[in-house]
Amino acid sequence: MTGSTPLLEAKGVVKRFGALVANDVADFAVNAGEVVALLGENGAGKSTLCKILYGYYRPDAGEFTVAGRPATIDSPRAARRLGIGMVFQNFSLIPALTVWENVALFLDDLPFVIGPEALRRRVGPLAERLRLSVDFRLPVGRLAVGDRQKVEILKQLLAGARVLILDEPTKVLAPQETEGLFRAIAELRREGYGVVFITHKLREVMVGVDRVAVMRQGRIVGTVSGRAASEAQLLRLMFGDSAPPASRPPRARQAAPGETALALEGVATAPDFGATTLSDVSLRLGGGEILGIAGVSGNGQRELAECILGLRRPSRGVKRLWGEDATGWSVARIRERGVASIPEDPLALALISGLTVRENLALGGGRRYRSGLGLDWPRLVADMDRSAERLRFPPLSYGARASALSGGNQQRIVLTREFAHGAKLIVALYPTRGLDARGAEALRALFGEARAAGAAVLLVSEDLDELFAVSDRLIVLRDGRIAGAFPPASFRAEAVGPCMVGAADAA
Amino acid sequence: MRRESLLALCAAAASAARRRAPRALGVALAALAAFALLLLVDGKDPLRAYRDTAVYVFGNAYGFSELLVRMTPLLMTSVAVALPSRLGLINVGGEGQLYMGGWLATAGALNFPDLPAWALLPLMTALGFAGGALWALPPGLMRAAKLVNETISGLLLNYVAPLIVSFFIFGPWRSSESASYPQSPAFVAAARLPSFAGTRIHLGLLSGLVCLALYGLAINRTRWGLEMRAIGGNAEASLRLGIPVSGYVIATMAAAGGFAGVAGMAEVSAIQGRLVAELSPGYGFVGFLVAWLAGGNPVGILVMAFLFAVVSSVGDILQITQGVPYAVVNVLMAVILFIVLGQRRPLGAGR
Repeated sequence: MTGSTPLLEAKGVVKRFGALVANDVADFAVNAGEVVALLGENGAGKSTLCKILYGYYRPDAGEFTVAGRPATIDSPRAARRLGIGMVFQNFSLIPALTVWENVALFLDDLPFVIGPEALRRRVGPLAERLRLSVDFRLPVGRLAVGDRQKVEILKQLLAGARVLILDEPTKVLAPQETEGLFRAIAELRREGYGVVFITHKLREVMVGVDRVAVMRQGRIVGTVSGRAASEAQLLRLMFGDSAPPASRPPRARQAAPGETALALEGVATAPDFGATTLSDVSLRLGGGEILGIAGVSGNGQRELAECILGLRRPSRGVKRLWGEDATGWSVARIRERGVASIPEDPLALALISGLTVRENLALGGGRRYRSGLGLDWPRLVADMDRSAERLRFPPLSYGARASALSGGNQQRIVLTREFAHGAKLIVALYPTRGLDARGAEALRALFGEARAAGAAVLLVSEDLDELFAVSDRLIVLRDGRIAGAFPPASFRAEAVGPCMVGAADAA
Repeated sequence: MRRESLLALCAAAASAARRRAPRALGVALAALAAFALLLLVDGKDPLRAYRDTAVYVFGNAYGFSELLVRMTPLLMTSVAVALPSRLGLINVGGEGQLYMGGWLATAGALNFPDLPAWALLPLMTALGFAGGALWALPPGLMRAAKLVNETISGLLLNYVAPLIVSFFIFGPWRSSESASYPQSPAFVAAARLPSFAGTRIHLGLLSGLVCLALYGLAINRTRWGLEMRAIGGNAEASLRLGIPVSGYVIATMAAAGGFAGVAGMAEVSAIQGRLVAELSPGYGFVGFLVAWLAGGNPVGILVMAFLFAVVSSVGDILQITQGVPYAVVNVLMAVILFIVLGQRRPLGAGR
């Protein structure tokens, strides 16, 4: 598998941001026909290393050789000329343009007048071979995320990339799309491309990866052959001595759920641009219960959560909260009743980046902290201190701006605020996306504790392992409808998976 | 000689800009240096022009008092821009809101001439506020309903307001004693804001400072200000936190229009003493510049409003002493705008 000269090799790469050493990598190489996974916690330096390889960051020290020859990579342009391509987490596609227009924009050897046919002839066979086919006439804005990613990869390959770097490619993908991506990666490998991808999901490095380079605190702390790697070994490398347990703590299920917290009866939503229409969704969720919502993302999960939180009004059906008809309640009223919202991306959906932590904590409290024209800051701080302590978070830095915090700490601010007043119904939408293994585990434990305290939890996730581990019941959403319901006894991927994609034997 | 003077100005501007303290001074000097170039091209001596200005504006009490007179409406019209900007709204309708404030205040003055000053002036102020608020309400409502961008509607309404004023002074309110010139009858004495010690500085200056202080306190000290800054920072998250975003959009636009309307009231009551067609030489637009350049900071607004009062005086004086058309002041304002834009990102840059 390993060629004599690597396609790309980096030696002695050091990158500092101020006092922080983001990268100190002695040696990193990709060979032709090799898939290398960069594994590590959030902030371990994976992205930084990749951005250096792509010329996006300039390292403070380091030497590069491309196909055996010394090379200077001082800009993405230079990297592309050397045959290095990178797909970022946030795709750089123009939604209004069609797929082929987006691809054409990226190529610099096109004639002045370009016909779609000529371009399609060039792209088509490659796409076919690598299982990256998409409809080239569609505007990118109408493609699913997985297809957009394919376009990004094709773009890079057509521009001459021999080494393809993928920054957390599976983060945005549904399970089926992830499989598709790994099939495409396998094809790339067979054709002699070098592939580097970043992940913090252990499962993804166990199949189809030649080498796993584990990063911690900016260094590569170990390189393991993909086939030889064991979960325990990788965890030890990722976390050093403080590795979290690989298996999840046993669940303590409550015998019977308490009072019904949330009931949806035949809820439907009106068609809305870019949203999935819900139809005839009925469900019941009691206190002391965790209801998992599974499904390929984009099948109505977001809309369901928005309906419950009052952000979207049902066009039909009734929503009841603790027995009362809450169909027309405002967001503020719903929050006041003890409904907490834990969204996936705190900085986009739950925090205001320019405000301080203290100010962010004060928002969404309804009438609670009103004092004259202003706010009762001391009481707020006291409450939030107590809440953070209950959640076993370190003391909050009230004066810092939300944007200055790490992703994990931003999530903590949201949790501190949402759990400060005894949340009775918790609506969590992909809450562990973007958290590292430890952060995700801690959050799952919090949901367990909330359940033990009698709260109702609605957990939307696309990670079946996570849903199986914490849910008391599981509902599958497909095309905005409830496609199946599963008790713990049938918590198996073989049972739930087909239901998610609409296979014949759906429950 | 001319070249030396220019060099000296440039050097002064550069060093001030390098020290960045106080920044407003650096901006002013850089703008004056650039403007000097224009004067040079026109064959005028910039140094003399500036000396004339300085002598006229700062050399005697009257010139200085006129600065404060010009600054007064700018304080209010810039608050009318700065307040909605905290929500990420762009209110360019200050000019129209000022006219409508003047118009409704005039309605008060003409219909209740028998009221004593202590009742009539507050009434006129309230009407001025209401007039401006009325004019800012449609843009706010349409923005909240996601129909029309408030920038477009506000801008277009600027053209309508002076027409409404014209309709009234050509028609129902036309003064009988000045048949040849369209204007409303003169206000009774009780409807005139008192001036200070023989100058044209009037009580409106106090209104302007109160507006500015209210704005600063509301934004930084109240929970409304916090929620407004939250909406401006992340409207989606604010919605999810149960903050009534649409309500804030409507109320803030109305309040902003109200502040511009008070500026209109002060102009008719203190300066003109009646409603006239040319109520404002563009205070609403200059207020936009002031707020933008000050980045919405209350103290910055005070400094910038003063600076722009000086700038508009420069235009007057050049017109008299050098025969330069007043319109070149617009060039100077534009130069200042570009210099500041080049230095940093504009209002609401936190987003």
